[in-house]
Amino acid sequence: MGRYIARRLGQGGFVLWAAFTISFFLLYVLPSDAASIKAAGADGDLSDPELVARLRAEQGLDRPVLVQYAHGLWGALHLDFGRSFSSGAPATKLLAEALPPTLQLTALALGLALAGGAALALASTYPRARWLRHTLTSLPALGISLPTFWVGLLLLQWFSFELRLFPAMGNEGFESLVLPAFTLAIPASAAFAQVLSRSLRQTLAEPYVETARAKGAGRARVHFGHALRNASIPALTVLGVTVGGLLAGAVVTETVFSRAGVGRLTVTAVNQQDVPVVQAIVVFSAVVFVVVTLLVDLLYPVLDPRITTRQPSAAA
Amino acid sequence: MSVPVHDDVLLDVQDLRVGYRTTAGGDAPAVDGVSLQVRAGEVVALVGESGSGKSTTAHAVVNLLPRGGRRTSGTIRFGGQDLTGLSEGEWREVRGRRIGLVPQDPTVSLNPVQRVGDQVAEVLVIHGLARRREARRRAVDLLEKAGLDDPAARARQYPSQLSGGMRQRVLIAIAIAAGPDLVIADEPTSALDVTVQRRILDHIELLRSTLGTAVLLITHDLGVAADRADRIVVLRHGRVVEEGPARSVLTDPQHPYTRELIAAAPSLASTRLGSGAAVLPTSRPAAGPDDGTQVASSAPLLEARGLRKEFPLPRGAAARSLVAVDDVSFDLHAGQTFALVGESGSGKSTTARLVLRLEQPTAGSLLLDGTDLTAARGEELRRLRRRFQVVYQSPYASLDPRFTVEQIVEEPLRAYKVGDARARRARVRELVDQVALPATALGRGPRELSGGQRQRVAIARALALRPDLVVLDEPVSALDVSVQAQILDLLSALQAEHGLAYLFISHDLAVVRQVADHVGVMHRGRLVETGTADRILLDPREEYTRELVAAIPGRRALADAGTP
Amino acid sequence: MTARLDTYTVPETLPPDVSAPDGPDAPAGPDAPHAHAALAGPAPLEAAHRRTRGVRSSARTLGRSGLAVLRRPGLLLAVLFLLLVVAWALAPGVFAAQDPITGVPTDRLQAPSAEHLFGTDHLGRDVYARVVHGSWLSLSATVIAVALGLSVGSLLGLLAGFLRGWVDDVVGRVVDVLLAVPSLLLSLAIITVLGFGTVKVAIAVGITTIAAFARVMRAEALRTSSTTYVEAARASGVRWYTVLRRHILPNSAGPVVALTALELGSSVLAISALSFLGYGAAPPTPEWGALVSGGRDYLASAWWLTTLPGLVIVAVVLSANRISRSLEKDGEDR
Repeated sequence: MGRYIARRLGQGGFVLWAAFTISFFLLYVLPSDAASIKAAGADGDLSDPELVARLRAEQGLDRPVLVQYAHGLWGALHLDFGRSFSSGAPATKLLAEALPPTLQLTALALGLALAGGAALALASTYPRARWLRHTLTSLPALGISLPTFWVGLLLLQWFSFELRLFPAMGNEGFESLVLPAFTLAIPASAAFAQVLSRSLRQTLAEPYVETARAKGAGRARVHFGHALRNASIPALTVLGVTVGGLLAGAVVTETVFSRAGVGRLTVTAVNQQDVPVVQAIVVFSAVVFVVVTLLVDLLYPVLDPRITTRQPSAAA
Repeated sequence: MSVPVHDDVLLDVQDLRVGYRTTAGGDAPAVDGVSLQVRAGEVVALVGESGSGKSTTAHAVVNLLPRGGRRTSGTIRFGGQDLTGLSEGEWREVRGRRIGLVPQDPTVSLNPVQRVGDQVAEVLVIHGLARRREARRRAVDLLEKAGLDDPAARARQYPSQLSGGMRQRVLIAIAIAAGPDLVIADEPTSALDVTVQRRILDHIELLRSTLGTAVLLITHDLGVAADRADRIVVLRHGRVVEEGPARSVLTDPQHPYTRELIAAAPSLASTRLGSGAAVLPTSRPAAGPDDGTQVASSAPLLEARGLRKEFPLPRGAAARSLVAVDDVSFDLHAGQTFALVGESGSGKSTTARLVLRLEQPTAGSLLLDGTDLTAARGEELRRLRRRFQVVYQSPYASLDPRFTVEQIVEEPLRAYKVGDARARRARVRELVDQVALPATALGRGPRELSGGQRQRVAIARALALRPDLVVLDEPVSALDVSVQAQILDLLSALQAEHGLAYLFISHDLAVVRQVADHVGVMHRGRLVETGTADRILLDPREEYTRELVAAIPGRRALADAGTP
Repeated sequence: MTARLDTYTVPETLPPDVSAPDGPDAPAGPDAPHAHAALAGPAPLEAAHRRTRGVRSSARTLGRSGLAVLRRPGLLLAVLFLLLVVAWALAPGVFAAQDPITGVPTDRLQAPSAEHLFGTDHLGRDVYARVVHGSWLSLSATVIAVALGLSVGSLLGLLAGFLRGWVDDVVGRVVDVLLAVPSLLLSLAIITVLGFGTVKVAIAVGITTIAAFARVMRAEALRTSSTTYVEAARASGVRWYTVLRRHILPNSAGPVVALTALELGSSVLAISALSFLGYGAAPPTPEWGALVSGGRDYLASAWWLTTLPGLVIVAVVLSANRISRSLEKDGEDR
């Protein structure tokens, strides 16, 4: 068990290091001169070599690449990703300020997605009526084909402009959270439902399910007592990707609903080619993924004893 | 139709028909008018090859047909009650409570995330026979009854911590938990090693005698049926072809198909194919020493000396490495068959892979006609490969599904650039003819052939380069008995014709005695005993070999019947 | 011989009723009826007797899969719709006569009608014409993205699965990292470096699909290279590159093809999202995501500006997913 956790922690640490390294080389080294990006973004005066030189010195870009990298990595370990090119504020501070509304949004969306996805998966495998199962099975396929921005705009159209139930924009109160959360949750719940119902269908075809039925177990006992726990193991695996997807979806959703948050910060940073902020966001999203995946890894042994128990010893 | 034949008839199936929905619409019949009876406390064996409908019949009795299957007509009476009109809720009271089921493959038939004790206790809880706590306590007793050592500790373990044989005992405990009148055992041992198989069958028999439970035993092995059943029902193509007391079916079969099955069943036959010399299992050979190699006059074709193979284990395991093959030496002469026999994990297949140079031995040497195979590398090894070829166990897996028969058989010829396209084509035709496949098979894919036909293709491929040695890795264990016999006949004929040497890997001593000149018995990586086939079978010296020989099904029936 | 070579390069779709028992080692489960064939010996040969060897060509295979499409109306609809969209992209003028760039000011913000199928926008431009003319950019971006992911990803996956060892470790780690950053954020980071424009967006999306292709290809290469028929080929002396070409690649292709269809759909989504955010072609050039975005200011008054172009995107993605699913299912059936 201890070895298992240690290995997972090591893998997580590696992924974070690699995410930092790749984004560093992508954002700082590949463009021949990061300062010129900044200069172009800031005042568009690329022709002034003096300004470029001053900016390069300011950002430490006149040093050798490896020195910059070591400096950057050292900073990142202390949650310091440098200062925003456009506002001059520390990138970490900008991110921290934008985080609370996005956390609220994604947490609510995650709850909705998991509950909705699980309900849909169960509803598409449990009923006896074939046509009902078939109809419900095709719903997730529809859900994952919907563009987030389009769903958001449709919800705005109906619930804000037609029915006037929810505000169209802003961060004021819980009501402003409802439509964005549903927008984010619809594709996510469809994806989750797809994985879980596929896994449930495979599990229900396993021989041990027949053993349970041969014991005289009813449909509910077979479904909830035997199949669900086994089926949820592969479904859990996608949780990290699901949460990451919600975070990325916030970029579109916050734009559609004009909400403040990490998503809007991202759009602004990309528009202004604000490299330190973009890198902070990329590494942050990797942290979220790694933490969620680690939590799932810790949950596995609870659900699946095969992970921690030994293999069979000898003959009968 | 549903008049009981006898007063104490427990299960009475009349004119049962089961169809599977096909993609074309309509039903394909799998069971086509089967009638059978099981009396209280009786063991009835339902025998048939794959596709005979034996398993479908068993599942229809408890209304657990796989998806797409449905009963189209017929009645099933159990204890005087007609089951055919029951609702799903009423069926649930029959299953587990009045009819228990022991499924086919114990390795996948237990819920992997539940403790085995709880899985046994569940039966009692479902049928309201005990509350949870009480059920758990009784589960331990049931596990003990099913023959598990230390049942209290086992009950707290998960299936993955138990061996296949132990899991089958857990499944037996589940089947008998609620004290049913009938237990249906669906090929309960076909996934297990022979020695384990014997112990499980012994135990089922013990339960019958102590609990008085009737058993419907589904099996493909006529030997198992003959040993264990009071009565035998032989199924073919969804119909009953013969039915009667076990002994009379065995000694005086009425239907030609039954006679064919008996003739084909390796466990009931006793002759070395092709040699003509009968070896009666009840007779003993003339006394005399026998070192297993004296038959050969010339130098051996293949000499294995001190073969050893270790596989590294992942860090954290108890040992650094697993010794799969340990100091194995044997000789194989041209035109002869050396069989390696053992149970799963004995190292016999690893030895075959070492001989095929698919694995590199950790130590030891392999001499093919004096050339050291273990030292050969690259192109030199490729040249040597022409001389030894392989036929695998599963003809379903060993042929590329995208190739035609012609392409499969031609592949080795192409690899060694033998002749031009025209010559290769002619050679492929000749080979396909040698394995008795029609020329029309050439353009077909493996999917369009039956198991036996596919194995013939695999044999044709192995012979394409005119090798001296063919490694046969369980070549018939995936096939039905009647097909097994045909393939074994073909292999003997080809051996005689081409002077081939066979290294024959098998778990089945009964098959081995039909084909082998010499036998090596493997156990836990070591070759525990070698000798001529007759000597090993009739006069086993090692304890383990004796156990293996005793586990061959059909011996008891043969001894009773007094006929070979 | 040449006519026969394509029998194994073209994926073969056998109608399910012909497929012989393909289960694991006998004796298998409850004896399904098709298992009769195994026992009956020559029966499957007989069943296939009509098909003589010469006709066993790619033409017949295509004909058969054509029939399979006809039997599934949903799949047929998906294929036909995608063909229509491709036709839009190749010859937009044929399908939409109106000018997509300059509108008729008097016709502004008209609801859908026979004359303007999707209505008109605030400049009086026909929305349907803009969708049809926008399909070239949107589709070509999708094709670039998937081609990039497919080529790089499958190559990495094939190397990892076939060579194993340290190559597998390195590719595995790269895939881990690519999966750890949500694909939209990764695309945005790449766009930060590359700048805006349809092709750049396509490249940014393509890089994010590498991980999926590498994973599937690796798994398939591992699976096929450990099959008995590959070992049988090796044991009979076939060289490794021949094994790779004749056995491993053709037998690994199925799931990768299914994934390609799936990724075409999700790339349409990703590209339209980036175009919606304004990173694609500069206005007034029509692009699907940008069209939806353009209707944002008229949500309350002109629903068709967002809803209808969005529906086209949904239909394209649904169709791609539908095709992917049936490709996957055919793969499982064999």
